[in-house]
Amino acid sequence: MNAWQLIASGDATLFAIVRLSLMVSLSAVAIAAVIGLPLGALLALTRFPGRAALIVLLNGFMGLPPVVVGLSVYLLLSRSGPLGGWGLLFTPLAMVIAQSLLVLPIIAALTRQTIEDLWSEYRDELTAVGVGPWGRVATLLWDGRFSLTTALLAGFGRAAAEVGTVMIVGGNIDGFTRTMTTAIALETSKGNLPLALGLGIILIGLILAVNAAAWGVRAWSEQRTG
Amino acid sequence: MLRRHFLAIAATFLFISAGVSALAQDKSIVVASTTSTQDSGLFEHILPLFKEKTGIEVKVVAQGTGQALDTGRRGDADVVFVHAKAQEEEFVEEGYGVKRFDVMYNDFVLVGPKEDPAGVAGTDDIAAAFQAIRDKQTPFVSRGDKSGTHSAELRLWKEAGIDISADKGPWYREIGQGMGAALNTASSMNGYVLSDRGTWLSFKNRGDLEIVVEGDKRLFNQYGVILVNPEKHPSVKAELGQAFIDWLVSPEGQEAIAAYKVDGQQLFFPNAGQDPS
Repeated sequence: MNAWQLIASGDATLFAIVRLSLMVSLSAVAIAAVIGLPLGALLALTRFPGRAALIVLLNGFMGLPPVVVGLSVYLLLSRSGPLGGWGLLFTPLAMVIAQSLLVLPIIAALTRQTIEDLWSEYRDELTAVGVGPWGRVATLLWDGRFSLTTALLAGFGRAAAEVGTVMIVGGNIDGFTRTMTTAIALETSKGNLPLALGLGIILIGLILAVNAAAWGVRAWSEQRTG
Repeated sequence: MLRRHFLAIAATFLFISAGVSALAQDKSIVVASTTSTQDSGLFEHILPLFKEKTGIEVKVVAQGTGQALDTGRRGDADVVFVHAKAQEEEFVEEGYGVKRFDVMYNDFVLVGPKEDPAGVAGTDDIAAAFQAIRDKQTPFVSRGDKSGTHSAELRLWKEAGIDISADKGPWYREIGQGMGAALNTASSMNGYVLSDRGTWLSFKNRGDLEIVVEGDKRLFNQYGVILVNPEKHPSVKAELGQAFIDWLVSPEGQEAIAAYKVDGQQLFFPNAGQDPS
């Protein structure tokens, strides 16, 4: 069985894996966006001691090793860990939590840069009208929304492509926590290289499709708002 | 802006509540098992039969034996299904496991390149083969991951009279990964590797590799299953876990294991209730 036959036959297992991959990665990006967008904007607009260090830290964390994040979340959620009572280890929700942590620095850091650039353009205007700090954050996030899509897509790309955290905290359980990337790792270890490569091509196609959709939405709304 | 955030938050909560309700209603157990049982395809064959009979879903996390036992120690699995008897007995003695049951066996095989640079093909003396590999310094891939297969390999070096931790050179490559990965590595570097027969039979990327040594009694590979002790970890689903163990060692479960074949070859031989030693 190769990947093309799998697609052609509308294989239910493949469909479930694709759905889980998208659901986990998109949820992680949504959570990271809710926290990361305002955080990045605030960091761009405020000045406080230690700000430079915080920005360096945030930029550095864009390169957080997925395995380390996975292991940390594993130890937290394990039955023997501090949050063990929740019973979340080896569930999709654990994968969402771990990926949110992975994606958050990417979204926050890219938002910070985008808003800071925008701020130099808008500063006089917003200061003259007397908009407060939260109003500034809101205005700039809204006006920068098209550029910020790129930050969200970068986060999504990271989440959809990584295997380290989802393997450790999800456990690659068949029909439950098996994603595209862990399925590829499994087929590789079975020596089923053509199928592994085929799944890889499907994954790349999915990531392209999400990006194309984002591009389409952006073009459509840009046209509408002028 | 606000509306968009609101939508994102709402979507997140929807997902979380869906996840939580899925957790609450399920009749399932987590089994920590080995890469050999997963990579060989055994679970895909027997688990649907078990689910049909009992309605219990078995979620398998495939790790090396050492890691699987550790997952059990942490309370993150309900049942462990592994193959390193000494480590399993230790697990029970420490109080982490309730009781160990024999389930099935297969055997290890020494896999190596067709050209056989160490000249070991055809012998049924695994210790002599290991000595020849060491003497000729031909590439040997070790799992190096505390798995059942890795423990067996270390035991075989000892039986060959070789202290591998002192004797290893660049020819001895510890990769720290699962059985499939070890076979892939051996295949690409044309080295020798110890594998369980099941994973080897279902392995697709063989390249120039073939079985060079088999049939030695010391290559016997026993699998056992243990319920994680609910007294150590109250979260363990003892009833469902024990149901799985009872089924595995029942005539029905044993038949299901025996019926699993790859290319007409039986991969695992049920032996519950018999003392193999």
